[in-house]
Amino acid sequence: MSAVFEQIFQVGFLAAIIRIATPLAFATLGEMFSERAGVLNLGIEGIMLLSAMAGFTAASLSGNLWLGVLVAVLVGALMGALHALFTVALGLSQHVCGIGVTLFSSGLAYFLYRLIFGQQSVPPSIDGFKPVPIPLLSDIPILGPAVFNQFTLVYLAIVAVPLAAFVLYRTPWGLSVRMVGENPRAADSAGVSVIATRFQAVILGGALMGLAGAFLTMAQFNAFTFGVVSGRGWVAIALVVFGRWDPWRSAGAALLFAFVDALQLRMQASGLGHIPYEAFLMLPFIFTIVAMAFMSRNAVAPSALLKPFRREER
Amino acid sequence: MSAPLIEMRGITKIFGAVKANEAVDLSVAPGEILGLLGENGAGKTTLMNVLFGAYAPDAGEILVEGRPVAIHNSADALAAGIGMVHQHFHLAPRLTVLENLLIGIPGKSGRIDRAGGLARLQEIGHQHGLSLDPNLPVSALSVGEQQRLEIIKALFRGAKLLILDEPTAVLAPSEVDGLFAALRSMAAQGLGIIFISHKLNEVRALTHRCVVLRHGKVAGRVDHPASTTSAEMAKLMCGHEIVPPTREASTPGAAVLTLDGISTSGHAGTPLRDVSLFVRAGEILGIAGVSGNGQRALADVISGMLPPKAGTMTIAGKTVTQFSPRELQALGLGRIPEDRMTTGLVTNLPLADSMVLPRIGTESFSRKGLLNPTAIRAFAEEQIKAYDIRCPGPMVRAGALSGGNLQKALLARELAFDPKVLIVSQPTRGLDIGAARFIHEKFLAMRAKGCGIIVIGEDLEELLMLSDRIAVMYEGRIAGTLPSADATVARLGLMMTGAVQTGEAA
Repeated sequence: MSAVFEQIFQVGFLAAIIRIATPLAFATLGEMFSERAGVLNLGIEGIMLLSAMAGFTAASLSGNLWLGVLVAVLVGALMGALHALFTVALGLSQHVCGIGVTLFSSGLAYFLYRLIFGQQSVPPSIDGFKPVPIPLLSDIPILGPAVFNQFTLVYLAIVAVPLAAFVLYRTPWGLSVRMVGENPRAADSAGVSVIATRFQAVILGGALMGLAGAFLTMAQFNAFTFGVVSGRGWVAIALVVFGRWDPWRSAGAALLFAFVDALQLRMQASGLGHIPYEAFLMLPFIFTIVAMAFMSRNAVAPSALLKPFRREER
Repeated sequence: MSAPLIEMRGITKIFGAVKANEAVDLSVAPGEILGLLGENGAGKTTLMNVLFGAYAPDAGEILVEGRPVAIHNSADALAAGIGMVHQHFHLAPRLTVLENLLIGIPGKSGRIDRAGGLARLQEIGHQHGLSLDPNLPVSALSVGEQQRLEIIKALFRGAKLLILDEPTAVLAPSEVDGLFAALRSMAAQGLGIIFISHKLNEVRALTHRCVVLRHGKVAGRVDHPASTTSAEMAKLMCGHEIVPPTREASTPGAAVLTLDGISTSGHAGTPLRDVSLFVRAGEILGIAGVSGNGQRALADVISGMLPPKAGTMTIAGKTVTQFSPRELQALGLGRIPEDRMTTGLVTNLPLADSMVLPRIGTESFSRKGLLNPTAIRAFAEEQIKAYDIRCPGPMVRAGALSGGNLQKALLARELAFDPKVLIVSQPTRGLDIGAARFIHEKFLAMRAKGCGIIVIGEDLEELLMLSDRIAVMYEGRIAGTLPSADATVARLGLMMTGAVQTGEAA
């Protein structure tokens, strides 16, 4: 048993947690902004997939990884705008439109990928991002190599959390987002445009989901496969609830999930007994459900979540 | 007084076929408190929503300090110096007082200007005696404090004119005095105030001038409300004299509903403790008491929603203690609940559906297990006509009706089936004189037909006018029962505080 622990708790394990948590953190923050403004975005899974594909394609064709990231972010923002068009401007059901966006984006991603790359026996890959050690900090024992010898996108995620908290809690725009998610009529009577604020929040959310997708195909796997997202979007929706719609807590939730995921990967590798590997694969999801059941009972969603806002109503 | 702060000229607003406002002129001078008086549905709120930019007028213009302005939304209104305190507050309960104030205010170098906000809040506090803890979440404030926050919010944005839509409807009497003091202080400092109400005594006590609306039009203007009688103003509001109904002497019959030693537990609010009472055919029993002394449990027990822990209830001699609401209804029990919106009807369904809700599945409204839409519609249409319920038609969403019209609809629903017993909570809360009068008359007519009615209320004047006997509730018990001939407001008031135990045994 001690050998197993030794294998598990090492620098590589910590680094793996951080790596696994990064796309989840982006996606969770994205979903959080959207929901704080009162818009549930179930399009997240598809938006991540389409962005992952678009970013990968752009990077692969141009040879420029950062161009790929930019394309992924733009595609994410665009799909966010599409979701906002349905749910905010037209006031349609957020559930139905979100699922629609996911189905549409996924289908589009598969279609375009086939169209561009054809059917190849070995999926094409790119030379993805390389870890960039931060001078001095990366020399700290254990923490240094795990946290400060990572992809630039990981650093971006680490910066994104306090930044998101600052924007949400300290800026007038963040206050507007929280207000339109709690009581849009109050925001409206204070002269804040509910429609514009919700659009902005959902688009920003989409862009962050795009960033999550970009990380998957350009840093984590360096290739696009149809299963590249495999439920990470859905997990992010749960993590937002788990994180009680707060950037810090949401990031913490992403780290916790990543910890369990990294753990099960190690357990698979260590070949614990003769348990089929699928059993380990289930662990993070079982953990999410159990954690949700215990931790989220008192979580209170933004009051106006799922509620479309219309002006002249009598 | 100087040039008007705000002037509205020839404002007309049409919703579908309804003219909510028609050619309304109105002006407010600095330092003036203008009363805007009218029955429910007379167009007061619509007019103010036009002024605040929530609705675009179909005709007419708005002038601010002599200059015509176009107000398309609340941002325009705020920029023009118009602030509004809505009947339903526009606050986010989970955000703090300060955050609710700072919403929509541009920040300082990209950040929320907390320091500036705090300073401004303190300044307003000093100027008008309005203060609040800036860091409390709004959900921790009382209703009166939330209203104060709404007023501060308007002043915070530099409002020169403050519109208050029925601000006293949600306040306790002691809070009303505080509000009036603050409003007088603001007017003394040059603010214009529009005070919307249908309570004549308040308008007479507070305002300098008032405009009366009826059916969307200006029915009259009163230049000295303080020296005008309530009767004159009521006549302007309703278009006819208001004479209080008279309760004819009658001899009550046998007891139709009896409660014997009823106790309850596990109920939100005060439980009942050994409550015994009865109401006879052709009699109105008033239940007085400060709200929260078991009235809700009493209404719930009688209507079958709360099974009592001990005691028995009988209707016309039949024991019905454990009966369901539906079974009680079938025996002739009618119920008009305290909260029209939550336990009265279904706000998102058509009015017609709500009007037959207690009798869905009975032969009147269904055939072979299927609903009979023709019968449902016909019934609703008939009642809408009979009770003069103002609405676009039976298929309108019930929640779109005004309070008075909803109450009429509930009354129509219960009375259409000639109940033997009627249990009513707060029958006229939030209603104007005309609507309240209508409801009182219906109760007295039912009494004449031999119905036993229990009226739970806080308005002692109303109870004294309607009831043959009045029981007072205190801490879940009946503190005493008096024939209304012996009861006075003062005596009932004492019993309501638990100071006196008196009266006949049940």
